Amino acid sequence: MSVLVDKNTRLLVQGITGKAGGFHAKNCMDYGTNVVAGVTPARGGELFEGKVPVFDTVSEARVQTGANATMIFVPAEFAADSIMEAVDAGIELVVCITEGIPVLDMMRVKEGMKGKNSRLIGPNCPGIITPGQCKIGIMPGYIHKPGKVGVVSRSGTLTYEAVWQLTQRGYGQSTVIGIGGDPINGTSQLEAIQFFNGDVETEAIIMIGEIGGTAEEEAAAYIKDHVKKPVAAFIAGATAPPGRRMGHAGAIVSGGKGTAAGKIAALEDAGIAIARTPGEMGDTLIKQLK
Amino acid sequence: MNIHEYQAAELMEKFGVATPRGRVANTPEEAEAAARSFGTNNLVVKAQIHAGGRGKGTFTSGYKGGVQLCKTSSQVRDVAASMLGQTLVTKQTGAAGRVVRKVMVAESKEIERELYFAILIDRATSAPVIVASTKGGMNIEEVAETDPDSIIREPIHPTLGLQAYQTRKLAKLLGLSSNLMRPAGKLFHSLYNLFIKCDCSMVEINPLVVTKGGEVMALDAKFNFDDNALGRHPEIVAYRDLEEEDPREVQASKFNLNYIGLDGNIACLVNGAGLAMATMDIIQHFGGKPANFLDVGGGASEQQVTEAFKILMADKNVQAILVNIFGGIMKCDVIAQGVINALRQREAREERMVPLVVRLEGTNVDAGKKLLKESNLPLIAADNLEDAAQKAVAAAKNGKH
Ligand SMILES: Nc1ncnc2c1ncn2[C@@H]1O[C@H](COP(=O)(O)OP(=O)(O)OP(=O)(O)O)[C@@H](O)[C@H]1O
Ligand SMILES: [Mg+2]
Repeated sequence: MSVLVDKNTRLLVQGITGKAGGFHAKNCMDYGTNVVAGVTPARGGELFEGKVPVFDTVSEARVQTGANATMIFVPAEFAADSIMEAVDAGIELVVCITEGIPVLDMMRVKEGMKGKNSRLIGPNCPGIITPGQCKIGIMPGYIHKPGKVGVVSRSGTLTYEAVWQLTQRGYGQSTVIGIGGDPINGTSQLEAIQFFNGDVETEAIIMIGEIGGTAEEEAAAYIKDHVKKPVAAFIAGATAPPGRRMGHAGAIVSGGKGTAAGKIAALEDAGIAIARTPGEMGDTLIKQLK
Repeated sequence: MNIHEYQAAELMEKFGVATPRGRVANTPEEAEAAARSFGTNNLVVKAQIHAGGRGKGTFTSGYKGGVQLCKTSSQVRDVAASMLGQTLVTKQTGAAGRVVRKVMVAESKEIERELYFAILIDRATSAPVIVASTKGGMNIEEVAETDPDSIIREPIHPTLGLQAYQTRKLAKLLGLSSNLMRPAGKLFHSLYNLFIKCDCSMVEINPLVVTKGGEVMALDAKFNFDDNALGRHPEIVAYRDLEEEDPREVQASKFNLNYIGLDGNIACLVNGAGLAMATMDIIQHFGGKPANFLDVGGGASEQQVTEAFKILMADKNVQAILVNIFGGIMKCDVIAQGVINALRQREAREERMVPLVVRLEGTNVDAGKKLLKESNLPLIAADNLEDAAQKAVAAAKNGKH
C-alpha cells in the first residue's frame, strides 16, 4: 500500500506546455501515472502529447477530468498563485516542484490554505512517488521499487541516494515523499511520519534531514511516543561551515537548536538509528529490520 | 543578500523609522565634509562592512574599534583615515577580517538605554516573529545565552501583520515610559512595514535606544533580504556591494551556481544542496577536506558545468575534484559533456590538471557514462558515494607529493 498517491490518482499538470513541465509530465506518463489534464492559461483546447487535454484554468480541468492531484511547474514568480488556484479548485493533493518562490509568498499561501481541503507538498521538492503506481515529480523512476519502506526527505538528490541504496539491496519503498528544502513548506517531516505510521503496509521509515530549523526535532518527539516501526535517519550538513553571519537574531532565536549535533541527539533520544554517512542510509535501516 | 548600515539607514528614512542623520564617505575628506554638514559636535564614525561586532572589533593595524565617537570634524577626518583601507576583524568576520572601504559619519546621540529589536521569519510557525530585549547593545549574544528568559518573542499574524496593541505590549515589555509608547509604536510599525514591503528575511536594530533627550531611535541596522524575492526589488539589488563578497562566489552567481569557498583541497561539484552538504560530510568522514560547497542546481546546462569547473580549478589549493551527480531534472549526459568540455579546454591551454573522480547516477546515466568513457580523458570512475569519496581523498593525498 502507500500514502497520498496510488494507481487511482488522477494527475493534472500546471505548466504542462513549458519546457520542464512538458518533459516531466511525459516522464510521469511513461512511468504509468494517470495524467488526465494540463493547465496553461490561454492555451486551453490544445492536446499535450496528442492525448492530454489542456485547459485555461484549474477549476475547468477539475470539473472536466476529475483530477485529484496536481503537479506545479510554473515559474517562481507565479507559483504561489498557481498553488492557490489549485486549492481553490479543491484539488486534494498539490505538489509544487518550482524552486525559488519568495518566502513571504509561501507565508501567505500557507495561511490561505488553512481550513481548505488540500494538502501541499513542496515547494522546491522532487515530488512524491508510490513505486509501480504513481510518480508525481522529477525523480528518476527506475531507481525505485515497490515495497515497504517509507522515505521522507528535505533534500531532492539525497532522497534518490537513499532510495537507490534500498533498491540495490532488494528493499522496495511504499511511498517516497520529498517535502522540499524551503523554510516554509506545505508538509512537514512530522506529518509525513504520521502518514507512514498510519499506513499498514509501511513497515519501516527513513527520514532525511538537514541542518537548520526544528522539523527533525519535532518529528523525533512524535516518533519517541507514537512510532513502533523501525526508523533510520541521516542529517546532512554536520561539517558545513557556520554561514557568514550578519547580526545576532539567528543565533538568539535558534538558541543552539538546528545544528546537526542537536538534531542527532534528539533523534537518538527517540530511539532512531543514525546513519553516520550518506553512504550508510540504506544499511542503517536494514540493520534495524534484522 | 546583505546591505551596508548606511544603505539600511537610507531605507529606514524612506519608511519613516527614526534614525540619526548620517552620510557615507569614501575618503577622510568626504568624512570631514559630512561631519561639517551636520552642524553639531556630537559625531560618530562607523566602519561599513557586512558584519556585526564592529564596535568591539580591532583593525589588523592595531587600531581598536570600528565605531568611534568624535567631537570635531577634524577628529572625524583622522578617525576615518585610520579606518579606511584597513582590515577590521570582528567576531563575525572570521580571522581574515574585512577591508573597510567606506565609513558612515552620523550624528551621535546621548544614550539613556540600549534595547534590542529584530524581525525575522520563524520557520516553526511560518510567520514573522519579533525578537526583543531590554538588554541591547554589544553583548546581546551573551545575554541570550546567560539570560534567555529576558528575550521577548512576539509572534506576528502572517497576513494581518503587526497590530497596534502588539506595539503597545512590546513598548511595555521593553520598559518604555507611557510618553514613549507612541513614537515607539510608530517605529515598530514602520520597521515592520519595511520588512514586508522589501521582502526582508531579517531586520535587526541593535541598539534601539532611548536618548537622554527622550527620543526612541535606531542607532544600528542590519538587514537581510530574501534572495528569491530580489527579482521584484531592483532598488535593493542596486545596493549590492560585490566587494563584500568572495570573488569566487560572485563569479559563480553570474552563472546561477550556488558556491561557497572553503579552505580544503578536494573540490566538489554536486547537484542539490542536500547532496552537496552530504558529499562534504562524507569527504570529511574519510579524512579529506572539502575546498568548497557547490550546488549546480536542478537543471544545469553544459555551459554552467564548464564555468563551475573553471571556478573550482582557479582555487590553487585544489588537489582533486569530486563530481557527484544524481540526476533527476539534471541529465547525466549533460553533466558529462560539461566535464569533457572543461577538460578539453584546459588540455588545449595546457593548464594545470588534477585527478577527477566522477560518480554519476540517475537520468540518462548510461549515456553520460558512455560519453566519459569515449572521451579517453583521465577520469576516475566511482560506483557509489563512499567509493567516490574514498577515491577523491586518496587522489588528493597522492597529488600532494
Ligand atoms: N549614532 C550613535 N550615537 C551614539 N552611540 C552610538 C551610535 N551608533 C553606535 N553607537 C554605539 O556604538 C555601539 C556599537 O555600534 P553598532 O551597534 O552600530 O555596531 P556593531 O558593534 O557592529 O553592532 P553589533 O554589536 O550589534 O554587531 C552601539 O551599541 C552604541 O552604544
Ligand atoms: Mg549593533
